[in-house]
Amino acid sequence: MKLVFQFGRILVVCFLGEVLAALLPLPIPSSVYGLLLMLAALKTGILQLEQVKETGNFLVGILPLLFIPAAVGVMDLWDELRAMLLPCVIAAVPVTLLVMAVSGVVTQKTRRLLKKEETKTHV
Amino acid sequence: MYELFEAYLSQCSVWGVVLTIGAFGAGTLIRRKTGKDWCNPLLLGSLFVILFLRLLRTPYAEYRTSAEPVSYLLLPATVSLAIPLYEKWQLLRENTVAVFTGILAGVVTSLGSIVLLAWLLKLEASQAATLLPKSVTTAIGMDVAAALGGIVPLASAVIVLTGIVGGVSAQWLCRCLKITDPLAKGIAIGTASHAIGTAKALEIGEVEGAMSGLAIAVAGVLTAVLAPVFAGFLP
Repeated sequence: MKLVFQFGRILVVCFLGEVLAALLPLPIPSSVYGLLLMLAALKTGILQLEQVKETGNFLVGILPLLFIPAAVGVMDLWDELRAMLLPCVIAAVPVTLLVMAVSGVVTQKTRRLLKKEETKTHV
Repeated sequence: MYELFEAYLSQCSVWGVVLTIGAFGAGTLIRRKTGKDWCNPLLLGSLFVILFLRLLRTPYAEYRTSAEPVSYLLLPATVSLAIPLYEKWQLLRENTVAVFTGILAGVVTSLGSIVLLAWLLKLEASQAATLLPKSVTTAIGMDVAAALGGIVPLASAVIVLTGIVGGVSAQWLCRCLKITDPLAKGIAIGTASHAIGTAKALEIGEVEGAMSGLAIAVAGVLTAVLAPVFAGFLP
């Protein structure tokens, strides 16, 4: 029963996320509100980690599987995709690699830089 | 024969889920056997499902309806990404500046590249708007594309492709660029390839997964805010 109750609590947070998404006029979906609400609930202690942990980790673990139905949708979009194949491929492949490279390198460099300064001030 | 089969399939509400799990299982098995990064279970699983539907001449809409329970879990699963993040809270607090600088740099690169691409290929405004939100999670990306006048179904297809490309190439790219810091790896993967990439990041490690999950939310919100600004620079 523990797992069912955990699932129930997670769904309540999802529901609150959906309520926020409906009420606030921002282009932010319920999943992002839900994620932030869940984080806030755990941080403030409204929810204990033990009250969501097992089911939550299970759901996170099967995440890639959950995307298959959406990804298969590409099969119905062949015509649209073919009409702008080149821009789509450029956007999906080289641009993605560039974004990942920039964001990774900047994060790593900034973190190392700040760490160095920290150790300097400590000395 | 096909008609009989089709009539059966449209009444059965389980086959879509079974097919999804089976295709994903086959993909996982192939990855384990080959050990190759490009043998991504999501990529292979999706291809198997497409192949299966094509062979049996079953329309996508029917599969989609039957596989609805799978998609249903997507929202609680995304919300649950807060759990690994909560467990790595201390690490996040110590590195707030680096984390946000990295995500912002990635978001600006993504939006800027698409604007540049639109100029180079002389894309129409609707085409460019379709591609602008390609690095963020489908739910935000589709809203952004719609708000800017893009082609929404195509936007979601490009977002999914982006995620798969990110997941497949993440480890190779990080090796090439000597991104060894697990925190930086996670931020890079989540910023470039949202939840699909995050699935891969979770496989790489706990810190990678947690940071990638955070990057989905932050990059998503930043993109929602900045995309209209960048859209102003489109040809």
